[in-house]
Parts: sequence; structure tokens; C-alpha cells
Amino acid sequence: MSITGQFDFSVVTTGAYRSWLVSGLGLSLQLTAISLALSLPAAATVALMRLSGIRALRGLGTVYVEAVRNVPLLVHMMFWYFAMPELLPQSARNWLYEHDAESVCAVIALTLYTCAYMAEDIRSGVRAVPVTQLEAARALGFGFLSSMRRVILPQALRIVVPPLVSQTLNLWKNTSIATVIGTAELMYQAQRVETDSFRGVETFGVATLAYLSVSLMITAFATWFHHRFPARSP
Amino acid sequence: MIEFRQVNKYYGDLRALADVSETIAHGEVVVICGPSGSGKSTLIRTINRLEEIDSGQILVDGIDIHAPDVRLDRLRSSIGFVFQQFNLFPHLSVLRNCTLAPIHLRGMRAAEARDRALAVLERVGVADKANALPSQLSGGQQQRVAIARALVMEPPLMLFDEPTSALDPEMVGEVLRVIRDLAHHGMTLVCVTHEMGFAREVADRILFMDQGFILERGSPREFFVNPQHARTRRFLADIRSPFPSD
Amino acid sequence: MTELIRNYGVYFLIGQFPHGPLGGLALTMLLGVAAVLLALPLGVLLALARISRRRLLHWPATAVVYVVRGTPALMVIFWAYFFLPALIGHKMGQVTTMLAALVIFNGTYFAEVVRAGIQGVGRGQMEAARALGLSHAKTLRWIVFPQALRNMLPSLVNQFVATLKETSLASIIGLQEVSFIASQVNSQVVVHPVAIYGALALTFFALCFGLSRLAHVLEKRVAVQRLELPQADG
Repeated sequence: MSITGQFDFSVVTTGAYRSWLVSGLGLSLQLTAISLALSLPAAATVALMRLSGIRALRGLGTVYVEAVRNVPLLVHMMFWYFAMPELLPQSARNWLYEHDAESVCAVIALTLYTCAYMAEDIRSGVRAVPVTQLEAARALGFGFLSSMRRVILPQALRIVVPPLVSQTLNLWKNTSIATVIGTAELMYQAQRVETDSFRGVETFGVATLAYLSVSLMITAFATWFHHRFPARSP
Repeated sequence: MIEFRQVNKYYGDLRALADVSETIAHGEVVVICGPSGSGKSTLIRTINRLEEIDSGQILVDGIDIHAPDVRLDRLRSSIGFVFQQFNLFPHLSVLRNCTLAPIHLRGMRAAEARDRALAVLERVGVADKANALPSQLSGGQQQRVAIARALVMEPPLMLFDEPTSALDPEMVGEVLRVIRDLAHHGMTLVCVTHEMGFAREVADRILFMDQGFILERGSPREFFVNPQHARTRRFLADIRSPFPSD
Repeated sequence: MTELIRNYGVYFLIGQFPHGPLGGLALTMLLGVAAVLLALPLGVLLALARISRRRLLHWPATAVVYVVRGTPALMVIFWAYFFLPALIGHKMGQVTTMLAALVIFNGTYFAEVVRAGIQGVGRGQMEAARALGLSHAKTLRWIVFPQALRNMLPSLVNQFVATLKETSLASIIGLQEVSFIASQVNSQVVVHPVAIYGALALTFFALCFGLSRLAHVLEKRVAVQRLELPQADG
């Protein structure tokens, strides 16, 4: 294959192709937003489980995190889309296939995957606040919950937000893998446009730019947060 | 040996060194003291250009160290520098810490470097720890190794930046004894320190700095018995008695 | 399940070899190792360029790292697949394409790991070495890198595990690694998706979890060795 002749970006930025790409971008953003909204509370829960004093909870949390993180996202997606529905009762399976199964399974896979990583970051963040901080708060007379609220959590938040933003960036990029199960997000649409128009450079160029733009916005947020709320070491 | 000519250095708006002019002769032992932030550490670090200056000149052995044709690494290998935090290389044994520079900079053969290093380690009293890692040594032993590491290169000039400030009190003496021994052998030494007893006993001259200026310069006798500046008197009074007079 | 293993076990492990190119789990592991061996030196070079004070090195390196890290891995693979052959002048095999994409992608991640490792070595070490008269290059070689390497070991292993997981994306361009084969088997067998994709997940889990544990053990061994008194001198 050779890249000869002019590049004509207007082919991809107008008409049907443009609407395909835009709808793809829209779905990618939706997948990211929904998975993020679900992952954060789930991750907090798993982190608390792993920090708890109850051995069974700690074990459960660890098993979840290790099982999810050591398997590629692609395999997760394949499992949830091709294998999991077989385990559902017929009525549930019908419901699923009538309601955009591809997107639903993509969100399930993305949420479980992202949650595992975020849980680890939250756990590290809480553990990174020196125990002496809690001791100092208690020595002043604050109760456990008060100490947590006034002293520990504000410090933990500063430590935890940057890695969580980093995971959000990963989540955004990971939505591209949903193309494998037929989810019509940006990567899928880009392939579709390329197959139809043979305009590889223009199509993938525009799609890459779209990914980069959002990535840069996320990174810019992280930099701003780091400057505005630096995690000071004692 | 060392000559400062109108040296100035700024950290942003803060004037760390203010029109510093001074000469340190061959074989002299000079102690620099003063309150925190006075610029004493900054001054000593400009001698081997660990800090850069904004204006003025510094000459070592008659050579302008900021001249464009100066070979900085060559200059540094002929100046020994001992840090407050020792800065030994943790992944190398004590012996290897000391033989690294002679082998890689002077092209010395390993066996010869080893013998030379062991002799110097013997002199500072830690030869029995030659094969240990720095983490296995006490603070005082580590600092003595740091001195040995610098000495192996046989520098005509040795600089000490608060060599005992990071040590527990009981180990300060062993390090000061080593430095005193060097002074008695005629080395040119410049030492930034708070140890006034050491200054009185070993220094040929004491420089007192405050806010970037050298306020006072004199023999130990002049310095302790008859300081000229009120600021110096206040410093000495604070040192002698930690509790302010009522 | 046993029937599946009997019929497709070998195919899963080594693909069509010897009646075709090497595939399956063997290909996955080979790709992973090769990619890491090539990406690491690239990462070191990029890291050095990133921390260099020369603008000609610093800005392009920073730009490359930001662009590649803001793009999904899948997109990098597509770029390699569609455009590298044209750039180089002749057709590239699927394996070479995938390898190139993996090296570029992971090279930038290694660059960040190496950069953090180098900057994690205390400034005092650099100063002490320069004060002795060691040149910048010698200081890096003898003082900074050895210490940085020890800091970086866990992150390096993490990145290796991540690379192994990324090889699964090769299935999208038709490379016969282990996920592709699982899909092939599933389309033939149809009725056992849970067993097939479950087995795929388990395979990756065993591989990745095993490697992480091994690295953990090695890390402890290295730490212990440094505390023991060495026998020989120097």
C-alpha cells in the first residue's frame, strides 16, 4: 500500500463520514463517563475492603484486584460479551440483546477493570498519609472519625487524585478496545470510515487527534490540580 | 590559594552572597561560621562551582574558575569536598567508594588504588570496614569514609560543609579529630562549622558571615576575645548561653 | 472441558506450528519478551533526552512521549499496520508490525519509569560524584544508573506484565496469538464460550500473576544480598 497523492481531510470532516466519526466520539465519551461514575464508588468500596480489619473482606478484595489486573482488557470484553450472556436466563439475555448489548458489556468490562486499578491507588493514598498524622490529631483530642475527616482524608485526597486522573486517562484510551466486541465507538467508526473511503491517513489522523485532545484535557486537569493542591510532605 | 573578588549571588530577590572579597593562603585553616542563612554554605560551595555566582571572580591557585576554557572536572578532582550528609555511594563498598575516582579519573591500576585507599582509610581509622557497605556504618564512620574518599585524590585543598552537623553528639569528636590531624599536616582547609571549640583550637582564621556579608575576620584570639561587630557579639553570646539574659 | 483441551490444547499453546507460523501462547510470550528487550533501550534514550537540558533533545522527546501516551495502544497498532510498510518501503509481516507498535508504545512508558528512577536518586549523590571530579557521563554510569535501576525494578516488571497483556490486541490485526486462537476455537465449537474464554482468562492470569510473584521474590533477594557482608574485597 502506498501513500501517494494529496491528503484530503475534507473527505472525513464532512458528510456521512463526519457523522459516523462524531457519533463514535460521542459514544466513547459516554462509555468513559458512565464507567467512571460507576468505578469511583466501587473502587472506594474495594479499597476500604482491602484496608479493613476483617480478613475475609481483605481476601475478597485482594482476589478481585489480582484476578482483574492480570487479565487483558480485551479478554475481559470477550468474556462479558461472548461468554457471560450464556450464563444468563433467557429473559435476561433477550433484554440484553435488545438493549445495545455491545455497549452494556463494554461498560461492565471497563468498570470492573478500571475499578481494580483505582482501588489500588486509593488504598495506597490512604496508607501514604503517615500514621503520625493520626497520632497527632488524636493527641490533640480529636476522635477517630473527626481525625479522619479533618486531618487524614484531606491529605489522602491530594495524594489520591493524580493517580485517579491517570486511571481516567487510561479508561479513556481503553474505550477503544470495545471495538473488538462491535461497540460503535470512535475506533470502530474510524475503521468503518477507512474501509469505506480508503483514506487511512486522514481518518486515523482525525481520530488520533480526537483521542489526543481529550487526553490532553485530562492531563491538563491533573497538572492544574497538582499545582493548586500540592501534596506536601511533612 | 583561594581568592574571592566582589562575589555576589542571588536566589531570586534574596542576596545570598554580598560583595564577598577574601583571600585564603596556602596552608591556612579557615573556619567560616555564622547564623543560618548567612551564606556560609553557599560560599564554600562556590569554590568548586557546586553553586554558580552571579558576579565577581573566584580564583583557585591563580586560575579564574569561571574562565570558559576551565576544565571543571579536572579542577574538582583537585579539590576535596566533604558534605554534611556524607553522600557516600550506597551501592558500593567503603573501599570501592574510595577507589572509584583514582581508577576512573587518574587511570590508576586497581591494585595501586586499593593500597592507596586502604592507607588513607587506616589514617582516618576505618580500615577494618573496607569491605562493608555504607549502610552498615555509623554516622561518624561514614563521614570519616567520606573524608578518606576525598583524601585519596591527594587534593591540595579540602572543603568541609558542616561536616558534623548531621552527627549524633558522641560521634562529633572522632570526625573533628581527623580534620584536626589534616590541619596539623599543613593542608589548606576551609571548614563551615558550628563547632566553636574546634574553631578556637584549630583555625588560623575565623570568618563570621551574616546575611551574605563577611562581617568579621580575625585570628581565633581576636574573634573570641574582642569581636568588632555587635552582630558577632550577639552570635557568640547565643552560643555560650542558650537562654537569653532576662 | 477435557475434550476441548485434547482437541485444541496444542493449537492454543503453539498455534499452527509446525504447519504454519508460531502462534498461541508461545507467540504471546515471545512477542512480550522481544518487545521489552527492544523497548527498554529506547526508553533509556528517551528518558535521557527528557531530562537533558539541551532544547533540541528535550522538546521533541517530551512531545513524542505525550503524543504516544495520549493515544490508545490500538491506534498505535493501526498506525504501524497501515503506514509503517509505506514508510519503510516494503511489506512488513504481522509480527514485525506488532513488535514495532509495542516497542514504540512501551518505549515511552519505560522512558517515564527510567526518568522517575533517575530523578529518584538523591541530588546529593550527583553532587558528591561531581565534587570528586567525575564527568556527567561517568556519574550517570557508575553512580546514578546502578541506584536508579534498583529503584525501577518493580516498575519495570509491571511494565513487562502490561506488555504481555497488550499482545492480546494483536488479534485485531489477525495475528494468531492466544486470544485470536480462543476466538477461532469458539467460532468452531460455539457451545462452550464460558469454558473457552474462561480458559483464556486463566492462562493470562497464571502468566501475569506468576511473573509478578517472581519479581516480588527477586526484589526481596536483591535487597537481602545488599545487606549481607560481601566476602571478596572491592
